[in-house]
Amino acid sequence: MSDEKTFVDIRDLTVTFTGGRKPVRAVSGVNLKVKRGEVVALIGESGSGKSVTLRSILRLHNPSHSKLEGQILVGDQDVVQLSASALSDFRGKVASMIFQEPLLALDPVYTVGEQIIEAILRHENVSKEQARARALSLFERVRIPSPERRLDAYPHEMSGGMRQRAMISLALASQPQLLLADEPTTALDATVQIQILLLLRELQRELGLSVVFVTHDIGAAVEVADRIAVMYAGRIVEQGTTRALMRSPRHPYTRALLKSLAHGSVKKGTRLETIPGAPPDLSNLPPGCVFAERCSLATDDCRKAFPETIWLTEDHSARCFRVDQTLQPV
Amino acid sequence: MDTTVKKEAAPGSAQPLLMVKHLIKHFALKKDVFGRGGGVVRAVDDIDFLVRQGETLGVVGESGCGKSTTARLLMNLTPPDNGDIIFDGRSVGSRDLSLKEFRRQAQMVFQDSYASLNPRLTIEDSVAFAPQVHGVSKEDAVERARDLLRRVGLDPNRFAERYPHELSGGQRQRVNIARALALQPRLIILDEAVSALDKSVEAQVLNLLLDLKEDFGLTYVFISHDLNVVRYISDRVMVMYLGQVVEIGDCETLFEQPKHPYTRALLSSVPSMDPDNRTEEPPLSGDPPNPINPPSGCRFHTRCVHAQAICSQTMPALVSDQAGHGVACLMHIAGSGHTDAPSAQQEVA
Repeated sequence: MSDEKTFVDIRDLTVTFTGGRKPVRAVSGVNLKVKRGEVVALIGESGSGKSVTLRSILRLHNPSHSKLEGQILVGDQDVVQLSASALSDFRGKVASMIFQEPLLALDPVYTVGEQIIEAILRHENVSKEQARARALSLFERVRIPSPERRLDAYPHEMSGGMRQRAMISLALASQPQLLLADEPTTALDATVQIQILLLLRELQRELGLSVVFVTHDIGAAVEVADRIAVMYAGRIVEQGTTRALMRSPRHPYTRALLKSLAHGSVKKGTRLETIPGAPPDLSNLPPGCVFAERCSLATDDCRKAFPETIWLTEDHSARCFRVDQTLQPV
Repeated sequence: MDTTVKKEAAPGSAQPLLMVKHLIKHFALKKDVFGRGGGVVRAVDDIDFLVRQGETLGVVGESGCGKSTTARLLMNLTPPDNGDIIFDGRSVGSRDLSLKEFRRQAQMVFQDSYASLNPRLTIEDSVAFAPQVHGVSKEDAVERARDLLRRVGLDPNRFAERYPHELSGGQRQRVNIARALALQPRLIILDEAVSALDKSVEAQVLNLLLDLKEDFGLTYVFISHDLNVVRYISDRVMVMYLGQVVEIGDCETLFEQPKHPYTRALLSSVPSMDPDNRTEEPPLSGDPPNPINPPSGCRFHTRCVHAQAICSQTMPALVSDQAGHGVACLMHIAGSGHTDAPSAQQEVA
């Protein structure tokens, strides 16, 4: 798997939050590789650790309340070990992030143009005019209508979809190689969401970006991602190509999740299949498989130890003892 | 309590449970200190629809289309500017049916399960609160509350004494549903009631809603932006755009053969779930226009691929066919002047 094309290599990442009464292990032993020019979606429900994993790549967690263990290799740097100044060179220049709510992520007292220009000047030795010209071409690239005028607009003067486009151009301002997106379309309306998803796909192809994309919406992941990693209780329980995951999911959690979706093919009046119970308490994780309590296939072995990664094909893996029982299509 | 509901439901079964006529709500915007601004948000602009006894009417549309305002107007949480709401043949607010009595028979569940519960009341007290307001004794109300908690899947021995912050989002939404049922209503308005829940929890709550509907003979108005969920749960669907109804009809017909160009665009905006069949082109460009200054004529004409000059001048009425499928589009109105419209003699297809 590991070759010169791997751009992001997360090895055994564990994130523990220590701010509360008991330490909370939000991410436990995550391994994830992203190749150059590849889009990987992290999917999972709230509390599964997908956003925490993503934010760790920029080290956005408050260091006084959190502990990062493991390695996050991006290019030839280990983000976990970066000094403060190296980290601010890294952020924006090598990797940058777009967030769910652009109104909170953008600064309300500066125009969007000023914010993009500031980001360019931070990383590059260019004049303000050149930076503004770059900002304008970014706005054209993300297809903001009347871009010249919009550069001088404040975030609140834009509509939701336009703000998300503006944030994408801010994230791309210093030509990063890695784009991290945290639920970038969740707050948007359906007709706008699909526009932004397709824009991300197009930009990713044109610029050859690596993208890690967090979403709870499997449909959004399928539209954009080459590979999908499914998270549950702080672990990646299954990962593989989008096609493999949608066509032949093998981890019982992935299978149950796909079955529980209400979509076009579900017959009216039939009850949806549900997953009984609730995810485990992250401050008190069970010794065995984190999904065993809710899993219809669980055995005593599952409650004793957490299974190691099992490779089903060259690019499809699951952490489950019972994969021999999950061969039927969902 | 099962029997009481069924007995009450009987007289209304011949007519629609809820009829809404000419419902209008415009919000005036405040002017700033220099007298600038002002204007009117046409949140709900003259809509008519009906909800049949025992059905689920799904309401879909994007933010700002007026679907939540419609829900609040139905319950009179926001007083309408104009319009009649007729519940089971009696006009709400008239001598026949006071607002208080109507609110006993129609209840609402909101999106934010935490904000809709009083944080200082145990969930048992929350569920038992409304019946006491309506004159049920404390003992009876508590007993009924425990019964309902069991009914929505929360064992009262474990949960009754808990406070909202001690529950998960899915459990809290179950409490809200139990509370809505406490007055034995006939109509429940669910405003994005499952939207904040994780998918696996959402499935549990949707199943619960279907079970309760059968057991208690309920009628639902189900508002959601999630088209998959609306398709799954609804019998009929109403599509709103900028304060107006653009299409309404039988759920499967509407999803299989949408007639209004906006409905078509909205439905094809749903991500495909099939990695070999991804969406290639976004069906619409741009954001929905601002409801403060909605476009003239047909409000969708600024984003519609079929728009012609006539569309910016004439506002299409909602016209229904024999099956009750209504569309507000000039292409479906005979002799409207749109070149794709059937000629005036032809029957509207």
